[in-house]
Amino acid sequence: MATVAGTMAAPTAEGVVWSWLTTVDHKRIGVLYGVSAFIFFLIGGVEALLIRAQLAVPNGGVIDPELYNQLFTMHALTMIFLAVMPLGAAFFNFMIPLMIGARDVAFPRLNALSYWIFLAGGLVLTSSFFLGGAPDTGWFAYAPISGGTYSGSGMDYYVIGLLILGLSSLAAALNFAVTIINMRAPGLTMMRMPIFVWMTLIVAFLLILALPVLTVALVQLLFDRQFTTSFFLPSGGGDPILWQHLFWIFGHPEVYILILPAMGIVSEVLPTFSRKPLFGYAAMVFAGVAIGFLGWAVWSHHMFTTGLGAVPRVVFATSTMIIGVPTGIKIFNWLSTMWGGSIRFTTAMYFSVSFIALFTIGGISGVMHASPPVDQQQQDTYFIVAHLHYVLVGGAIVGIFSGLYYWWPKMTGRFLSETLGKWNFWLMFIGLNMTFFPMHFLGVAGMPRRIYTYDEGLGWEFWNMFASVGALILAVGVLVFVINVARTMRQPKTAGDNPWDGSTLEWATSSPPPEHDFDAIPEVRARDPLWYDRDHGLSQPEGDPDEHIHMPPPSYYPLILALGVLMLGVGPLSHLAVTALGVPVIIYAIWGWVLEPTE
Amino acid sequence: MATAEHHVGHHSVTGIDNRKLLMWIFLGSECLFFGALISTYLIFKADIPAPPISFIEAHTHVENGHEVVTGWFPVDRVIDDVYINEDGTFREVEFAGVLDIPITSQSTFVLLMSSVTMVLAVYGAQHGRLLSMKVWLLATILLGLIFLGYQVYEFRLFGSEGLTLETNQFGASFFVLTGFHGTHVFVGVLILASLLLASFRRSGLGPEAGFHVETAGLYWHFVDIVWIVIFTIIYLIPA
Repeated sequence: MATVAGTMAAPTAEGVVWSWLTTVDHKRIGVLYGVSAFIFFLIGGVEALLIRAQLAVPNGGVIDPELYNQLFTMHALTMIFLAVMPLGAAFFNFMIPLMIGARDVAFPRLNALSYWIFLAGGLVLTSSFFLGGAPDTGWFAYAPISGGTYSGSGMDYYVIGLLILGLSSLAAALNFAVTIINMRAPGLTMMRMPIFVWMTLIVAFLLILALPVLTVALVQLLFDRQFTTSFFLPSGGGDPILWQHLFWIFGHPEVYILILPAMGIVSEVLPTFSRKPLFGYAAMVFAGVAIGFLGWAVWSHHMFTTGLGAVPRVVFATSTMIIGVPTGIKIFNWLSTMWGGSIRFTTAMYFSVSFIALFTIGGISGVMHASPPVDQQQQDTYFIVAHLHYVLVGGAIVGIFSGLYYWWPKMTGRFLSETLGKWNFWLMFIGLNMTFFPMHFLGVAGMPRRIYTYDEGLGWEFWNMFASVGALILAVGVLVFVINVARTMRQPKTAGDNPWDGSTLEWATSSPPPEHDFDAIPEVRARDPLWYDRDHGLSQPEGDPDEHIHMPPPSYYPLILALGVLMLGVGPLSHLAVTALGVPVIIYAIWGWVLEPTE
Repeated sequence: MATAEHHVGHHSVTGIDNRKLLMWIFLGSECLFFGALISTYLIFKADIPAPPISFIEAHTHVENGHEVVTGWFPVDRVIDDVYINEDGTFREVEFAGVLDIPITSQSTFVLLMSSVTMVLAVYGAQHGRLLSMKVWLLATILLGLIFLGYQVYEFRLFGSEGLTLETNQFGASFFVLTGFHGTHVFVGVLILASLLLASFRRSGLGPEAGFHVETAGLYWHFVDIVWIVIFTIIYLIPA
């Protein structure tokens, strides 16, 4: 292949390391996302265990208060931005092109760029522990605590880390929106798309529209901290409530960014293991779209105690209650999908069924604090901690584990052990309920969130110890998953193309899929294409051995561009010369990127 | 051997090229970006408190024979209850607004004209008139640079009158909003300059020249439209 003047030769991908560093294959990028995010998930879990160790007994002294503040802040940031979002992205990457019958995403190199920028942002955020202390203001960084007067350099890592991570998510969201809109196989109309694809599309648009608002808020915070403006500082005439509005205009859509992928996974798992098409497909799609729209109209329910006035409180209380309706539609459709089905209780199914129950608990407590007077009692108590963990652990994480067990054979060609899987499930299920259910009691009993310790005799001792034991059981459950994975990777590849008798296109190709995904682009004739083919004696088109399938070559430029972005971000944290050096790196990478031949 | 080529990334269900669709959706994201900045500006604009006496004393100038204070409010204003004389009475203070509508109208006109030249460059690229494309690309770049020159002049003028990022919420939100818009114009200039530079290669901009220039034009027009909104909100709607 001829090189264009001024560009590097395309990598020839000889060594294993370089082939991963320069890959643009959506499946490999999915694996990179998945492995990195799982490591961050374990780090976030260790942070949580330290918090539970500190709170297990009254007047505990396992860690000092400063570290405690850093831990609860970083636990949230790690789990939200470095674990749940990228685990969702891992599934988007690996599964979306397969599920829509495409050979890659619309922009393979942009996809690699998203991953490398994500890794850069994750490293910036996490390295703060060792470079002068992590952010310690809580993940939502309310002003004026987040200002220069009350918080140290950790907040600069927060601002820079989240700006970098936002760039990564924006690039990925643009890529997946275009991929889903434009790259579907013939016959795969919008109303035939698998629900997981629909939820990914909604998440992509939520990211595209919510991230710029966070970016503006972070930039203003950066200016407050570095350039002595007072956007959020009342001492200089600023408005701390403005930060809350901007943050939650991003923050509430973010809640749906975290949960909708899990809802999509559950909507794939339940029909397969009930041997029944999804009940109420159209209602499911429109409920997802409605959640995406209404998610923009509820942000102030995070701010009921700031004195918004009567009218905003009524409006946001109402919209918050209304958003429970499409969520309820989804729950009833999942139940109806199982009703009368021929159910197989695999580990994936265990996780999906428990998702419905656990998410319903979290959803109902959510509707409880839609009511402002109730919310005023619950604000900043452990009741909120219980609610959000039922939604994010019982919802998002349980859904992700369901997806891991469901798609593992497709991704690796190997089955995860069902026996260890059941141990994995029950330990996690018991552990998370033991940890988070008592937090409802603690919250109602008046225990505030984020307190470093508490005195004896307040009636909080028993349930705190109980929750800490539960956290340990939950951790053992996750450990069983790691053991399961380690054992599975030594097994032979016995999965076959469609081991679960799934109905969607990813099951029409081999396990694991070839680099080009499909020998021939699949044809879609109905909503559950593989079941339709099976029932009508049809088959998917065979590959033409003469066809030359052209896949995009690997590229250095995503890695170089991500390095430039990292230098841009590290500058304000170390020396501005690093930023100055980052600019030519970025310009070089963009020029090389544009001129690099991809044919 | 007749090999059927199938290229990844060239498939399009909607008929819109992937890259153009990406640009459109990205511009949707940009709407929220500028929306948040403009909202911040509007929130603070409604309620800029009077300056401390030290600011008044530091920025009093004589204009047309009487004393005015510059660098605090966007438009002219008279306040009679902030400055207390030594004898305990209030002194009426006249504030001269920093915004210079005639000058910024000129720069707005320059930016609007750059949209016209951009359209002409796209027309040239799409119809194979490569010289015309190059000329109009160059004109667009120059008009963009002139606009940025006006902005630098304006920022320095405001600074000399006393308005900086730190002065008050008007200064902070004004400079951040218009600064980010200026950055967008600058990025647009870089994109157009890259296209112009690349068009002098032997292969020019290749068979897709019209497409590349048109997609860059989408961005350029968007940045222009945002300026019309910013100009209207900051300069034309009185405080």
